[in-house]
Amino acid sequence: MSKESGKYIIEGEKGKWEVIIGLEVHAQVTSKSKLFSGASTKFGAEPNTQVSLVDSAFPGMLPVINEFCVQQAIKTGLGLNAKINSYSVFDRKNYFYADLPQGYQISQYKNPIVGEGEITLDLPNGSKKIRIERLHLEQDAGKSIHDLDPSNTFVDLNRSGVALMEIVSKPDMRSPNEVNAYVKKLRSIMRYLGTCDGNMQEGSLRADVNVSVRKEGDKLLGTRCEIKNVNSIKFMQAAIVYEAKRQVNLLESGKKISQETRLFDTKKNETRSMRSKEDAHDYRYFPDPDLLPLNIDKNLIEKIKKSLPELPDQKKERFIKEYSLTSYEANILVSEKEISDYFEEVVKNSDKKLAKNWIMGELFASLNEKNISISESPITSNKMAQLITSISSGVISGRTAKEVFEIMKETGEEPKKIIENKGLQQKSDPKELEKIIDKIISNNKDKVIQYKSGKDKLFGFFVGQVMKSSGGKANPQLVNDILKQKLK
Amino acid sequence: MSIDKDTVKHISKLARISVDDTKIDNLSKDLSSIFKFIEKLNELNTDNVEPLSSILNEPLRLRKDEINDGKIREKILENSPQKNEEFFVVPKVIE
Amino acid sequence: MSDISKKSLTEIVRLIKKKEIKSEEVTQSFIKNINNDKKLNSFITNCSEEALNKAKTFDKSPKLDTLLPGIPIAVKDLFCTKDIKTTAGSKMLENFIPNYESTITNNLWKEGAFLLGKLNCDEYAMGSSNETSYFGNVMNPIAENTVPGGSSGGSASALAADLTPVTIGTDTGGSIRQPASFTGTVGLKPTYGLCSRWGIVAFASSLDQAGPMTKTVEDSALMLEAMAGFDKKDSTSINKKTESYSKNLNENIKGLKIGVPKEYRVDGMPNEIDKLWENGKKLLIDSGAEIIDISLPHTKYALPTYYIVAPAEASSNLARYDGVKYGFRSEKSNNLIEMYENTRSEAFGDEVKRRILIGTYVLSSGYYDAYYLKAQKVRQLIKKDFDQSFKKVDAILTPSTPSSAFKIGEKKNDPISMYLNDIFTVPVNLAGIPAISIPGGTDNNNYPLGLQLIGKPLDEQKLLNIAYAIEKKISFKQSLNKWWEK
Repeated sequence: MSKESGKYIIEGEKGKWEVIIGLEVHAQVTSKSKLFSGASTKFGAEPNTQVSLVDSAFPGMLPVINEFCVQQAIKTGLGLNAKINSYSVFDRKNYFYADLPQGYQISQYKNPIVGEGEITLDLPNGSKKIRIERLHLEQDAGKSIHDLDPSNTFVDLNRSGVALMEIVSKPDMRSPNEVNAYVKKLRSIMRYLGTCDGNMQEGSLRADVNVSVRKEGDKLLGTRCEIKNVNSIKFMQAAIVYEAKRQVNLLESGKKISQETRLFDTKKNETRSMRSKEDAHDYRYFPDPDLLPLNIDKNLIEKIKKSLPELPDQKKERFIKEYSLTSYEANILVSEKEISDYFEEVVKNSDKKLAKNWIMGELFASLNEKNISISESPITSNKMAQLITSISSGVISGRTAKEVFEIMKETGEEPKKIIENKGLQQKSDPKELEKIIDKIISNNKDKVIQYKSGKDKLFGFFVGQVMKSSGGKANPQLVNDILKQKLK
Repeated sequence: MSIDKDTVKHISKLARISVDDTKIDNLSKDLSSIFKFIEKLNELNTDNVEPLSSILNEPLRLRKDEINDGKIREKILENSPQKNEEFFVVPKVIE
Repeated sequence: MSDISKKSLTEIVRLIKKKEIKSEEVTQSFIKNINNDKKLNSFITNCSEEALNKAKTFDKSPKLDTLLPGIPIAVKDLFCTKDIKTTAGSKMLENFIPNYESTITNNLWKEGAFLLGKLNCDEYAMGSSNETSYFGNVMNPIAENTVPGGSSGGSASALAADLTPVTIGTDTGGSIRQPASFTGTVGLKPTYGLCSRWGIVAFASSLDQAGPMTKTVEDSALMLEAMAGFDKKDSTSINKKTESYSKNLNENIKGLKIGVPKEYRVDGMPNEIDKLWENGKKLLIDSGAEIIDISLPHTKYALPTYYIVAPAEASSNLARYDGVKYGFRSEKSNNLIEMYENTRSEAFGDEVKRRILIGTYVLSSGYYDAYYLKAQKVRQLIKKDFDQSFKKVDAILTPSTPSSAFKIGEKKNDPISMYLNDIFTVPVNLAGIPAISIPGGTDNNNYPLGLQLIGKPLDEQKLLNIAYAIEKKISFKQSLNKWWEK
């Protein structure tokens, strides 16, 4: 594989190939109850305790749709700059599996709630728009557990009926990096909107990855394979790398790609063919006769539009202007709503340049070290602002601030208190400093002469001595100024 | 349209109903005559007709997002032919 | 007091409210008749004992301000009744005991009634003669070895034989009206959406409707009032205040316009049906109504349309019967797919399997447009026919069935001939409008024949009024020789 001018190319035996990727992301809606029933959606409950009669498809049970889920789909659609369809239909997707109690999944086929939209990715070599095909609402299935018993499968229907938004992209991605950026951006938008928490470990976000290859420069799309249910970005990338190579090898040896569904084996790091659940994928879609068509009126869309929070792209533009950030810096600070909120709170009460450096530097490092999120950090935005103000107002030096920060990150104490208790205030009284400097000058007359006769490097010696004598607390700027004066 | 034996086998597989070889002939005959009957619809030109999307003139009713169900595991499992305290139990799928 | 079991519901309620009889006596009189059900085979589950207990409890402190105080009612075994076996006439649910109650039956119990038993029906409501039930054929009380109609055959039979004062059935293509016609009783299919479908074993979701089966139109009005009502658990339930159908029942139909559709006069229609229809027209005119010729041009396409839409929906609704959560599970399976296939082939009867296969096929890839989509378009045309006609008329008069009750086994081997029973009833379900069948006369064998009145959506009151008016004039009396008790 080579990357020429940012392009992802696979070097085959017989030529150069590019990979075409489309994603179908399944995002769990942040609703408290399920899409068509009032059972809870909370993660981690005891098996079959969040299941209603409707979820387990007892005779005579009927679906009633959750208003909140409809709103989140609309919100997400708006966040993707997509068309909200005023008429949409719920269809039954019919197939048999142990974790599908009804023998069908309620989904949307020809008339989804959201139509075409787009996401802008920020890539190292510029921005790129990925087109969205559609977004629709559908039920999640339950869970089949195969490894608790040698001859039986255990079925847990807790997840059965949970609301998912399926977001289908057009095949516009061309590299694992783009997929990374796409998923991150999509996740960020939904987290900003509050429509999906994007928690991949809990399964709130997963994707089916469609991969095909073609010779570099070709216009037509090749036969694609679908890699189902990949639940981390890392795995998505690995799956794409493997699958693209597999397809290139097949094609270069004269074979054809058969359109099939595959799984990514996370242990072996390869994709393999899934024996299909249905012999033919004949889902026999038809409009669910237990439901009516969903009509969404323009007023509702307008109302939701007005209630949208500022989204990452808009926030980024604003941050660049308001806080004099570079595009790179703004990207980082808007990547999560919590981070951007934190940054803005800090900046309200302190110097913006210091704020951005300290947040992106020390703070992020401490979060990584402790593997916590910004909202879990003991260093609140107020305390951060306090620390920065102590630096900009000269109470402490930048170097001292690092010490203070180390203490803050363990104890969560207020910087003011730490500085007071440890007597870390800078010595910024010129008279006091003059005394110290005078003493050092008088004790090092020989070095003074050397300096005055051209040994400029000795300046550092004097600074060091002043620092030593002041226990490191002398205000470096003042020390510099006074020394310069006195050594003229 | 006549429904031949292979078609009967194919549809049965989709419907997860196994059909005895002895019964396939009759089934094929019955289904063929039923299809001949329903194909009467081909007499009608429906090019400019909208399919009926709903027999009611009502909007789809939306319910509030509240947790008011579930927590009835015993009730959910009690009718199952095979179960344990926590799960439905079924024979394994052969992958 | 003369035989209570022969009285109408309205009369029994009146007597209970006047404290002239007790619920216990009422219940006993029906239990006595139920003991002779063997030949009729109309009951699947007999709840006599519990019913008697409930009657006694009621009598201790009778609550008389309800619609059905102290009334025992047997219901079609398609309604899920809490803690009482509900089989849908199938081996699949032979031992299924729901832990929930259907909205409709709950509505009846809220009005003071209680369960007398579960009545036999065609398996999963698929049939027109009650010959597909896993629990055996039901006989029509009018004559030995005749079918009662279907799928609510057990309901119609029990009602006509006085084993229950009233009952409720479901109607998807005529399953209330056709058995009513065959047994000389009154059967009403309400407007789609008026009665909740929650807790009723689903056959074809866009066609199924629960409805009352009674001896008189007055009883039908009373039952409808108890049954109907908005149910928020059913997304296809109409949000409308329930009308006082029985209080407002009125036989004055002067000036109403009744349509007679020419397309219902089918080739080879028996003379008696024709005569019945003519008589019906005459009685309406006598009552002050006006007869208007109308056309429902797409009538002949209704049956084929129905036999695409209903099986399609059924094939999907019956997918949940897989042996996993409830019901029958086949013993001899080595893996999941085998379990599905064996369970479903062992526990579904032939007619159900046929319809599931048809339904699966018409929805399948490559055939959806030609069959299902096409059928939905024709359905639109059929509905429009009715919409157009209802601009000119208030109701429509037709025969209920193309013949009277036939012999058991007569049509069993010819599915199409069986399907043709529903020729007059099916268009009504496709259009979602209400219709009622009342006994209009008899044929040369003295078997009852029904007259059907079809109404505008949500216009049940007017429909009941018209039926009430001509019922009085017809004054149908049925005296059965109770051959089943011998």
